[in-house]
Amino acid sequence: MAKILIIAEHDGQTLNAGTAKTVACAATIEGAEIDVAVFAENSAQVAAEAATLESVSRVIAIDNEANKNPQAATLAPQVVALADGYSHIFGPSSTFGKDLLPRVAALLGVNQVSDIMSVEGERTFRRPIYAGNAIVTVEAPAGTVVVATVRAASYNAVGGGNAASIESASLEVALPSHTRFVEVQSGVSDRPDLQTAATVVAGGRAVGSVEGFDLINALADKLGAGVGASRAAVDAGYVANDLQVGQTGKIIAPELYIAIGISGAIQHVTGIKDAGTIVAINKDEEAPIFEVADIGLVADLFAVVPELTDAL
Amino acid sequence: MEKILVGLKRVVDYNVRVRVKSDGSGVETDGVKMSINPFDEIALEEALQMKERGDASEVIVISIGTPDAQQQLRTGLAMGADRAILILADGKPDTLSCVRALLEIINRESPGLVMLGKQAIDDDNNQTGQMLAALWDRPQATSASNIELNGDTARVTREVDAGLEIVDVDLPAVITTDLRLNEPRYVKLPDIMKAKKKPLDEIGLGDLGIEPGAALSEGPFEPPAERQKGIMVEDVQGLVSALKERGLV
Repeated sequence: MAKILIIAEHDGQTLNAGTAKTVACAATIEGAEIDVAVFAENSAQVAAEAATLESVSRVIAIDNEANKNPQAATLAPQVVALADGYSHIFGPSSTFGKDLLPRVAALLGVNQVSDIMSVEGERTFRRPIYAGNAIVTVEAPAGTVVVATVRAASYNAVGGGNAASIESASLEVALPSHTRFVEVQSGVSDRPDLQTAATVVAGGRAVGSVEGFDLINALADKLGAGVGASRAAVDAGYVANDLQVGQTGKIIAPELYIAIGISGAIQHVTGIKDAGTIVAINKDEEAPIFEVADIGLVADLFAVVPELTDAL
Repeated sequence: MEKILVGLKRVVDYNVRVRVKSDGSGVETDGVKMSINPFDEIALEEALQMKERGDASEVIVISIGTPDAQQQLRTGLAMGADRAILILADGKPDTLSCVRALLEIINRESPGLVMLGKQAIDDDNNQTGQMLAALWDRPQATSASNIELNGDTARVTREVDAGLEIVDVDLPAVITTDLRLNEPRYVKLPDIMKAKKKPLDEIGLGDLGIEPGAALSEGPFEPPAERQKGIMVEDVQGLVSALKERGLV
């Protein structure tokens, strides 16, 4: 039987949406018994939220001052101390999970399975490679613990309403002091989070400037949408890095994605493939974004985006 | 610091649109252009800039794979690395074995910093740096977009989902690079000539005492699901109607 430990991602107050999606993935493994570990300075609030998630049997709360703004180097030995008896250890394929799970895998002497997009068997999974240009089935060797990250965009979050037990654990592990958190700099935004927004409006290089992004923002605000960007727009400094969508940025699956002035390089498209409807607005009719768009409009964005904002 | 070790992986070039073989046994790599993994190139550029600023005295590039990887190491030498090490391995060794091999080299060379790309654009795993830091029992700073060296520590700005995270790490450490750390230099012809004379040592994976362990088995490979062909609209009015028809606005 699969006994699965999921490492919760949170900000100290609320669970990140990726956690409930990771639970959804784990729940597709036959006979899975799922525990969620919450590492925090004070885990009460997050642990209570995790206990409501469907399919979770138990929440393990690990309170430690060192778990405020945790680093992979301090979390990994704690995860390893909890690992005994688990057949699988999963985390979301976010920057948090990508930083932590490989470190856990190495300490447990196994290779990591990265970005699970589907479960084919207890140890067999499908995952994207080459920026999503190919999908490979991988199987973890028998008799080893499966350490994996889950591609959140491939799963719908499990529902709430559960009342799993919460147990606190204290772990006797020496934690290193060689890695020290200084601060996080986040752009302040009232817009929906890019990774959970139902609608996302994104701009590319053709938006041309920081001011040009006002057009993107105005349309997004009209739609109650999150804002995203292509790598080119981020590289050019029009918007911050946390808005980047694609192979090396965020992988998202909104119901509606509106790509404005984005050419549609494969590295970008891999980040939006699971969107419900893709709209592309680009003045170059040869732009590869039109190959994946459900609705395409060949036009100058500076003319049509304000018009679209007004029309909605 | 004395030495910086930089990992260079040979991968299918960024601009190649990779295709899955019709029998599902892998992806087509015959006759395809191969290059240094772009993230690794950024790692090398950063190491070279550190050396040029006087923060390091030697930059060593390292790769693991078949003799073909000499090409990428020579390119690294042409960019300005001082010497190269190629760990020869048959086929595709698993990541954990590669990490153990890198650790053997680290134990011999004692670098003050190990720089790697945050992920290779072929397998997209994003794990080598983290695994190496774990087994080396040293700090990791992944997805770096800025690095400031301050004697025995480094202050690293990391690109994370929430924005930018800043961490201090004691050296030696493993730092993996993100896209916006720098723009790698172009290689000039005279440098390519000079690079031919720089040392490139080869050593077998087995000579380092590494027996490839239980890898993840891979296959079959399949192309991604295609999206259905969409429609084109003439103007904003057409777009709004199409969105309304789908119940999206």
